[in-house]
Amino acid sequence: MIQLSLEHLTKSFDSNLVLSNLSFHINEGEFVSILGPSGSGKSTIFNLIGGLLRPDDGTIQLSGEKINGKRGSISYMPQTPSLMPWRTILQNVLLGQELKGKADPETAREMLHIAGLTDYENAYPHELSGGMKQRAAFIRALLSPQPVILLDEPFSALDELTRHDMQKWLLDIWSEHKPTILFVTHNIEEAIYLSDRILILSSKPAKVVEEFKVPFSRPREGELLLEEKFLACKKEIHTALKNQ
Amino acid sequence: MKNVLMKGWRPAAVLLLLFIVWELAVMLAEIPAWLLPPPTDIFQEGIAGWGGFHLHLQSTVTLSLLGFAIGTGIGLLTAVLLHLLPFLRESIYPLLILSQNVPIIVLAPLLVVWFGFGILPKLVVITLVCFFPITVAALDGFRQTPRELKHYMLMAGASKGQLFWKLELPYSLPSLFSGLKISATYSVMGAVISEWLGAKAGIGVYMTLASSSFRTDRVFVAIFAIMVLSLLFFGAILLAERLLVKWKTQESVKK
Repeated sequence: MIQLSLEHLTKSFDSNLVLSNLSFHINEGEFVSILGPSGSGKSTIFNLIGGLLRPDDGTIQLSGEKINGKRGSISYMPQTPSLMPWRTILQNVLLGQELKGKADPETAREMLHIAGLTDYENAYPHELSGGMKQRAAFIRALLSPQPVILLDEPFSALDELTRHDMQKWLLDIWSEHKPTILFVTHNIEEAIYLSDRILILSSKPAKVVEEFKVPFSRPREGELLLEEKFLACKKEIHTALKNQ
Repeated sequence: MKNVLMKGWRPAAVLLLLFIVWELAVMLAEIPAWLLPPPTDIFQEGIAGWGGFHLHLQSTVTLSLLGFAIGTGIGLLTAVLLHLLPFLRESIYPLLILSQNVPIIVLAPLLVVWFGFGILPKLVVITLVCFFPITVAALDGFRQTPRELKHYMLMAGASKGQLFWKLELPYSLPSLFSGLKISATYSVMGAVISEWLGAKAGIGVYMTLASSSFRTDRVFVAIFAIMVLSLLFFGAILLAERLLVKWKTQESVKK
């Protein structure tokens, strides 16, 4: 079932055309990544889905309902953790729920426990490492009541090892809860390792130029990254990106 | 507490040294007491005259606290209004700055002409000196809210009210407290100045009486009382800040 669909979106700032006739959709419980050259308007896409911007043309639909310019329809995890420094971790992960209605601390505690953050429930964000902060930010997004989660390059600021741990952790959580995820990244490996489908954007004005179905079964192990077929897949996508 | 002692002994020692130099200078140069009394005289007068002085002190404390409370309330309200209504900010903010350029000494007698000798003109004076630092500090705090936090809140669907209560207000607290600290000390000054205009009691009254009868020692008692009072106010705000902005103090300790 299609959960989120973007149809023929066009958006320009002044005379600068950023999106032109962009269309794609995400099915329920699907993990889709967007790969594109930098400056290809990925954040514009997120701001459109998030309702901060209105498209000049086209429609955005969530579960069959038009959400053009409607804020708060999706759950969001930004590039920086963006935790409120005056809230404890528990209060922080509850923020998404709080904005939309009632907070449920019990589930939140459980999620923090699974994420290995039980000891930090009452700590302030500055006491956590970068990876832990990102985990808290993801739990906040996961606990938010909206059905689709947008992830905006969430691991780009982490070091290689932490990033890999976080990817594994994200996959574990995702396979358990099966939220619908739209993931933006620069990193080809990350996109292949995590997603069901990868959309490749052209540079400005952005539109989907190619779509890859990732052929690997789940659950995926870390060793997959070193296998021949993985590298072949990576090469294919790399070429597709380079031709932009 | 131990920390306060550790940090506090240096300025205390300097102060003591200053008093000793003062005492010696007055003694050696044989300066008459009406010109500059030695610290010991001032200290003695402070104790001996306490019976008459404490009523004045009480009156000033009440006046400053009341004025500070009103000033804070108005300062905060102004900041919130100017923040939430940008057109208001553009049209009123420059006028606020002008309001601070009117010399209080000139304005105060006028206020007496308008409002009489009651408590109202005094409160107006204190409010005028108190509200401005708070408004400026709060406005700055609201405006410096990090973009990424605001972006998250908007994407997550926060309403304008939620944005203010859950992001802008808590974020501005440290900055707001800077304003409160300045205002707290100003409020004592404002109270004393307003008492000069005419009041039944207050440090300002005591000071005027003392200086017109060349009781310089009493003038100094008044000066020290004002200083101690300002320090106490400052300390109270500092304590409130420690309690309310825990995350910030912890953060800075870590760094």
